[in-house]
Amino acid sequence: MKHVLKLFSLLVVISALWIGLLQASIIPRSHSWLLPIYFIVSLGCYGLLMVGVGLMRFPTCPREALLLQKDIAEAKDFLKQKGVDVGSD
Amino acid sequence: MEQKNKYSIIVPTYNERLNIALIVYLIFKHLRDVDFEIIVVDDGSPDGTQEVVKQLQKLYGEDRILLRPRPKKLGLGTAYIHGLKHASGNFVVIMDADLSHHPKYLPSFIKKQSETGASIVTGTRYVKGGGVHGWNLMRKLTSRGANVLAQTLLWPGVSDLTGSFRLYKKSVLEDVISSCVSKGYVFQMEMIVRASRKGYHIEEVPITFVDRVFGSSKLGGSEIIEYLKGLSYLLVTT
Repeated sequence: MKHVLKLFSLLVVISALWIGLLQASIIPRSHSWLLPIYFIVSLGCYGLLMVGVGLMRFPTCPREALLLQKDIAEAKDFLKQKGVDVGSD
Repeated sequence: MEQKNKYSIIVPTYNERLNIALIVYLIFKHLRDVDFEIIVVDDGSPDGTQEVVKQLQKLYGEDRILLRPRPKKLGLGTAYIHGLKHASGNFVVIMDADLSHHPKYLPSFIKKQSETGASIVTGTRYVKGGGVHGWNLMRKLTSRGANVLAQTLLWPGVSDLTGSFRLYKKSVLEDVISSCVSKGYVFQMEMIVRASRKGYHIEEVPITFVDRVFGSSKLGGSEIIEYLKGLSYLLVTT
């Protein structure tokens, strides 16, 4: 099944639940009417939260940059000795 | 003892005369007891990349370094297909030539594959032990945003969709690549999402990504639009 259909059927199930809730009026209608809005807002909040958390914990590796410089120097030395043209830049 | 695995490392290049020499040295340094070949697919670089590769062939052997050039810039996806045609290994590694992918991680790819029997091992920057260096806040923000969007909509089952340091079983790469049509880094995303949908076993290993030329990874409005287009394309086709 195409993924978009999967998402669509999920949406249908959620809407069905919502309509059921509206019909059954377990909670007052004035509240349940607003549920889709809550849903969208919480989805947005989830997204922002995930981006925020991801940004805060963004893994960085300053040490790797230094190690790479060493590796580059080592490689250049070796290749120069062997006559490979690594000069000029 | 089944020590008969051979790894073909495909490295597409364009104007990488220095980097290709460095990366070849580092690959040979880190893969000592492994049977491998390096396939350089050069898209007609004007800077003499191919001359350097020929010097490297003299040093390391023409059976270890294969130069398979193309006349002009023809895109990343077709570069892999081109390299794949000349690959004699049963595994294929694809990596960038600009040293943002360090060959020292190759042994962990190979180890992970042999431990798990996975069809694909993909490098991820977003787990413990991985990381990125040289990105400003804006770059990190777009990267995180793009990732959250893709994870929420596509459920791909891997944490780093646009990374391009990967090891494939050769037959799996051939299968997946033939059904991919995207370009650029959307291509990397398409590859891994299609592989995941086809039910291939995918494992991850942490890698670090060092952007040496600060701010070189351009991510402007048009890239973001391309990305969103790619995302919706994958939503309706996979």
